[in-house]
Amino acid sequence: MTDRVDERRGFLAEFSMLFGKKGSLKEFGILGALIVIVLAFQFATGGTTLAPGNVINIVQSQSYILILAIGMVMVIIAGHIDLSVGSVAAFASVVVAISMNDWGLPWGVAILIGLGLGLLIGAWQGFWVAFVGVPAFIVTLAGMLLFRGLNQVVGQSRGIGVDRGFVDALAGYLPEVGPDTGYNNLTLLLGLLAIVALVVFELRGRARRKRIGAEVPPQWVLITRLALLSGIIVATTLLFASGRPGTSFPLSGILLVAFVLGYGFLTQRTTLGRHIYAVGGNRRAAQLSGVRSRWIDFFVIANMSVLASVAGMMWIARAQAAGPADGVTWELDAIAAVFIGGAAVAGGIGTVTGSIIGGLVMAVLSNGLFALGTGSDWIQVIKGLVLLIAVAIDVLNKRQGRFSIIALLQRGLTRGRDRDAPTVAS
Amino acid sequence: MAEPVILSMRSITKEFPGVRALDAVSLEVRKGTIHAICGENGAGKSTLMKVLSGVYPHGTFDGEIVYQNEPVAFGSINDSERAGIVIIHQELALVPELSIAENIFLGNEPRRGIAIDWDTVRMRATELLARVGLDEDPDTPIKHIGVGKQQLVEIAKALEKHVKLLILDEPTAALNEADSQHLLDLIVGLKAKGVTSIMISHKLNEIEQIADDITIIRDGRMIETLDIAEGAVDEDRIIRGMVGRTLGQRFPERAHTTGEVFFEVRDWTVQHPLSAERLVAKGSSFTVRRGEIVGFAGLMGAGRTELAMSVFGRQYGTWLGGTIHKDGEEIKVRSVPDAIRHGIAYVSEDRKALGLNLLDTIKRSIVSAKLSKIARAGVVDGLQEAETAEEYRRSLRIKSPSVEHGVDTLSGGNQQKVVLAKWMFTDPDLLILDEPTRGIDVGAKSEIYQIVRELADAGKGVILISSELPELLGLADRIYTIFEGRITGELQAADADQEMLMRRMAPTKGD
Repeated sequence: MTDRVDERRGFLAEFSMLFGKKGSLKEFGILGALIVIVLAFQFATGGTTLAPGNVINIVQSQSYILILAIGMVMVIIAGHIDLSVGSVAAFASVVVAISMNDWGLPWGVAILIGLGLGLLIGAWQGFWVAFVGVPAFIVTLAGMLLFRGLNQVVGQSRGIGVDRGFVDALAGYLPEVGPDTGYNNLTLLLGLLAIVALVVFELRGRARRKRIGAEVPPQWVLITRLALLSGIIVATTLLFASGRPGTSFPLSGILLVAFVLGYGFLTQRTTLGRHIYAVGGNRRAAQLSGVRSRWIDFFVIANMSVLASVAGMMWIARAQAAGPADGVTWELDAIAAVFIGGAAVAGGIGTVTGSIIGGLVMAVLSNGLFALGTGSDWIQVIKGLVLLIAVAIDVLNKRQGRFSIIALLQRGLTRGRDRDAPTVAS
Repeated sequence: MAEPVILSMRSITKEFPGVRALDAVSLEVRKGTIHAICGENGAGKSTLMKVLSGVYPHGTFDGEIVYQNEPVAFGSINDSERAGIVIIHQELALVPELSIAENIFLGNEPRRGIAIDWDTVRMRATELLARVGLDEDPDTPIKHIGVGKQQLVEIAKALEKHVKLLILDEPTAALNEADSQHLLDLIVGLKAKGVTSIMISHKLNEIEQIADDITIIRDGRMIETLDIAEGAVDEDRIIRGMVGRTLGQRFPERAHTTGEVFFEVRDWTVQHPLSAERLVAKGSSFTVRRGEIVGFAGLMGAGRTELAMSVFGRQYGTWLGGTIHKDGEEIKVRSVPDAIRHGIAYVSEDRKALGLNLLDTIKRSIVSAKLSKIARAGVVDGLQEAETAEEYRRSLRIKSPSVEHGVDTLSGGNQQKVVLAKWMFTDPDLLILDEPTRGIDVGAKSEIYQIVRELADAGKGVILISSELPELLGLADRIYTIFEGRITGELQAADADQEMLMRRMAPTKGD
């Protein structure tokens, strides 16, 4: 009896691993909200929301915010905040633009300069936070002014164009190659690779569990799981592969997926990731467990600035020029995504996947409202309220006996799953 | 004997999702008595008190509360306070930055017009402090007085609210012997003035000393109410009621042989982190043998924790001098990672603030102090992690359905087992256990004693810091006494008694 329960829980745990392990139920709630919003707009706009062109546009136009959210959630888990990301992105990217435009450097070198500069800025801010002990709020508030100013000093407040190759590399699309199948062939290939990778990982994990004598989920769970996930991959692949020829799968999307997988792995599976959660959850206890908390602080802050420079470069590639107002209020969008995604203000709680879903909620909301003809003024009003309500529900949810939509949703989900998890899955 | 009943709680049932915390519990408290409530952690004592004080408002539980012969329905803690019921929680509800007087009158400030009448505040505060026997300036900030005195401020605050029924949840858990005694005397004094008290406590000797009646709760059910005046109530009797069985021997048997000295600290001197003149360790030297449990006895503030934490990778104060030797060689222990590498483990006295990340699961907590052991190239092996945690859950009998549960869902005793597992996982040679049984019920205590003894029997050295002298005498092989940062004595536990320890723990104070 207990074994059976454990088995179900194991399956659920594994299933939820797709969405990050911590607070997975909460993320199911947010994921549910995202799906509801998408479907609502799909209906209201008469089908344009999920049209390939629109989905590609959302990814293309929002991936820089999502990449910022990845760095930001790590900063917030560790118990800090970073207000400087917009300015850092602007400063790094204006230097990148100048290095191509004024110094005539090849775009590959320019990208390396951008990354190096991001690291340097990150080390600067990390030093003040981790080793001097100035609160990150202050250090990055200073950084916000400092690097905004430097952006305008260096760029002399003008627009600076970037190379064609740079644009193609960061804001381009997978090229059309091979026979005309009606789809983008490289996207199909990517989808195929993803399915192969999925199957290989699943089977290897299973073999390993068997070898060391751990519980192995029954065959049907494996097959259903693979079928479901492959289905999702196939649907996504076809969606992206059927964009207008030449503008199907955006490279920024590939970059985003790589970052999500990489940082998801880092936060959930590595000792470094564990230490970030430990420091944010209880700093003193982490120190007394041998975690070098200063270096963790340094890492998350430095990493954030590197990701900010990546986001900045993606932005100027898409805009084809760097300017003095790049990155204004980006930090706020990233922070909003992280908190909608279930992170705690006090630190210790949050996930990369949750933050991505949070960012997508905001992105789809803007996109859908815009398609319905709502002005940007009202879109801001609505986004503000959504942030407030999402976090309020989360707060109320933690208090016992209070009404909560997400809690109701989760309770429903849990109960449903406890009772008939096997039937649902089979 | 014929005192009228002031409070009668009738078949109180309180359910949380999935758990019945209280199952038809009834409680009768006679006016002007001290009524103790005993039970293991998680038995439902605190829940019952929260029902009484309106923390769980009327309507969220079943049953009836009759107070001063009238049925009451408290909607909040304000309602119950207005009726003269004041609860003092284990975690004190004082604002550290505010003064004693400000804290006493917080939310209840006497006014003149719209302004606070500070003269009245100070005058009444002085009176109240005199009543609780606290000799402090009412303008002193709370953070500058010790826990024992803070507890007295809480009582002064209750008196200010014209308390008729005072509820104390583990009032002496964080106090040393002298402060505890003062507090108990005060409660007895209040009783003479007509204040009824309900006291939740794990310290059976204190209950025996001052309580009139004892109600025992086990697993959310009321087991029995014992009348002390009728006699025949001793600790064993209470323990039997609490755990539903007789605990045979409370302490495991001592090892007959201990190995050679393998760990030695010489002339250890440490400065207080904030004041340069104060030394918290003054040239302390001590040794630990393999397989030996060494006790550190001392009053609160004697410097036991400070000494232990500074040895554990200089985690307290500023190191001024002294050396650590292990297996005959001097070792440098400048940080926690150094300490862990050299096989030193420190289990803190403050489980929640220093021992655990309460947001984490049992599994993650257990492996957290030596992740490298189950990681390859920085990647944690999830399977090995789960199996390791599961092994500890079984061998230490951590009561939880799975290691995936959060540590915040565990009772104190089980949390402590998780902390012990966490440090056992680091393969230490020396374990420093700082108050390992604080705030833990008797059943879990004897389990922890057993674990500690087994660790020593496995050849590890153990340093046991405890404020409970019977625990030191029962569990340790050898005991050092510490007073004001100095080691004042070394005794074989078998030859020592409480009086001998006390004399060395407070040598200048006489007594």
